[in-house]
Amino acid sequence: MTGRALVPGRRHVKGVLDDIRRRLSEGERGALPVALGLIVLWAVFEILNDNFLSPRNLSNLSVDIVGTGLIAVGIVFVLLIGEIDLSVGSVGGLAAAVFAVLNVNQGLPEWLALVMAVLLGSLIGALHGFFFARFGVPAVVVTLAGLLAWNGLTLYLLGQSGTINLDSDGLVAKLTSYYFNDIAVAYSLAALGPAVFFLAAYRDRRRRKAAAMPYRPLHEIVVRTAAIAVVAFAAAYVLNQFQGLPLALLIFVVLVAALDLLLRRTPYGRTVYALGGGVEAARRAGVRVTWVRISVLMVSGTMAALGGLFLASRITSVSQPSGTSILLLNALAAAVIGGTSLFGGHGRTWSALLGILVIQSLSSGMALLSVESALQFMITGGVLLAAVVLDSLARRSPNSRGRT
Amino acid sequence: MPGPLLLALRGVSKRFGAVQALADVDLEIHTGEVVALLGDNGAGKSTLVKVIAGVGPADQGVIEWQGHTVQVRRPHDAQSLGIATVYQDLALCENLDVVGNVFLGREVRRLGILDEVEMERRTRDLLKSLSIRIPDVRVPVATLSGGQRQTVAISRSLLGEPRMLLLDEPTASLGVEQTAHVLDLVDRLRDHGLGVLLISHNMGDVKAVADQAAVLRLGHNNGFFDVMTTSQEQIISSITGATSHARRPPRPGEAGL
Repeated sequence: MTGRALVPGRRHVKGVLDDIRRRLSEGERGALPVALGLIVLWAVFEILNDNFLSPRNLSNLSVDIVGTGLIAVGIVFVLLIGEIDLSVGSVGGLAAAVFAVLNVNQGLPEWLALVMAVLLGSLIGALHGFFFARFGVPAVVVTLAGLLAWNGLTLYLLGQSGTINLDSDGLVAKLTSYYFNDIAVAYSLAALGPAVFFLAAYRDRRRRKAAAMPYRPLHEIVVRTAAIAVVAFAAAYVLNQFQGLPLALLIFVVLVAALDLLLRRTPYGRTVYALGGGVEAARRAGVRVTWVRISVLMVSGTMAALGGLFLASRITSVSQPSGTSILLLNALAAAVIGGTSLFGGHGRTWSALLGILVIQSLSSGMALLSVESALQFMITGGVLLAAVVLDSLARRSPNSRGRT
Repeated sequence: MPGPLLLALRGVSKRFGAVQALADVDLEIHTGEVVALLGDNGAGKSTLVKVIAGVGPADQGVIEWQGHTVQVRRPHDAQSLGIATVYQDLALCENLDVVGNVFLGREVRRLGILDEVEMERRTRDLLKSLSIRIPDVRVPVATLSGGQRQTVAISRSLLGEPRMLLLDEPTASLGVEQTAHVLDLVDRLRDHGLGVLLISHNMGDVKAVADQAAVLRLGHNNGFFDVMTTSQEQIISSITGATSHARRPPRPGEAGL
């Protein structure tokens, strides 16, 4: 899962290739195929329409991904324990509606309404989790009930007016309209990421060396750090060509990184993966299965509420739920396309970021090319199918004898 | 030579709906002793293991640990007493690597963050001390062979330095050589003063490592035997129900009927 045992002195290119091959044979697709797919996708769209890779379009893309992307991050948690949360679209819509009603109709301060809307998401997640974990009702069914019920509640709340417009200069609107115009912000954050990665990897290497265990060769760490730095600085450069770093993107990336840390570097995260790899084994190891299940659905409810608020922020209004099922499917597709397994136990929060980039690039590119929305749906469906097939194949490879 | 009494079950009963899985079962295990728990399918062996491990607590009966009555309601209770359990199946999380499985539920942390380096170091030391060869402790256990998984599961249970080990059919799915490795390991554990309860179908295994054999039949005790002095046929006839035996555990030095 984490730092692999590596033979020192191996050539770094071969090392990276071996790493990919091994991951595939272990049922872990990894990020590389998606990243390559994304590059191909961008190249094709740029050839067909040279506005696609313009700073303006990419900057808009980086803000458009945030709402659905946040929801996808929550779905990753649920997929990791081998379950599915169908309610995220409705919960996102409900959170936005609750915020609008509390703030615009009831006159509560924005920050308070925001906090209450997000907490409502956590609470709803806890409720789903309670029915799922305590009564053994499959999460799919509980959250399907949630999908319907929360949609209904949203309709009820927005009943009289149908649409509530948000304050276009308010806190929530700022979430997606604020940009750090100072170019230094984007560049210094682009430097910070690789630096943190390098220091962590270097420290790990030193400790392993001191304990006489296999460690990553230094040049491999340098190559990986350089790869991250190239991506980070390219992104910073492009964003600075337009309006600077969007606040929304910063929040998204920070949350993805923080939740990745939570999943892969803390005892709590370990129990989430353990549930995806064998509930019985986890239970026998003393993992509090009920609690972990509830907590995972709470994370997905919270992220759904946050995502819903970002989506409302983008259009500075909240209207009756119409597109919530598309929202759910896009978020789910993003998590799976990015490399999170539908069968539990494999995946990372970064896969939500990668996957939503693919999906949003598809829709942005096709909009630029004025492709009919009928065709857009079909193409997105095809990409999702391809991702799921890859996932199933990885799980059936000869070396991963696990889930059969 | 067996040491002082470690674990004693007195009159343990458990019922699943209409099925009386265990009825008034007694059992004793001393330190430095390997007790084989034998019985046909459905005799209640696994249920008894679950009672001791705290996974499925008994309805009635008393559990004594080193002479004191204790409550074992949860796996955690058994673990904190020093009882470790290795299950026949479903013992490992397929997607976690060897280190992750060995430390599952007992992760080493520094400032709330998993200390992977320390956990890997201890895993390597542990496997080395048990002469277990696993090429890479960072591969998911899904990629390991059945024998390797069994050794990972046993090493996992030894991490907390338990006083007693429950082994549920540890050799059921293993080849000849891997079985020998596991039985060697059991021998070494006894030499270290652990009490071992070995659930097995295989009389060869029982003859090879067990000191005492306790037979269950249809949820009842059906005899206690000193493995050294009892013939295989006697034990088998007790398993199949051809003979019935007193349910009283033997005094030290006294063979069962």
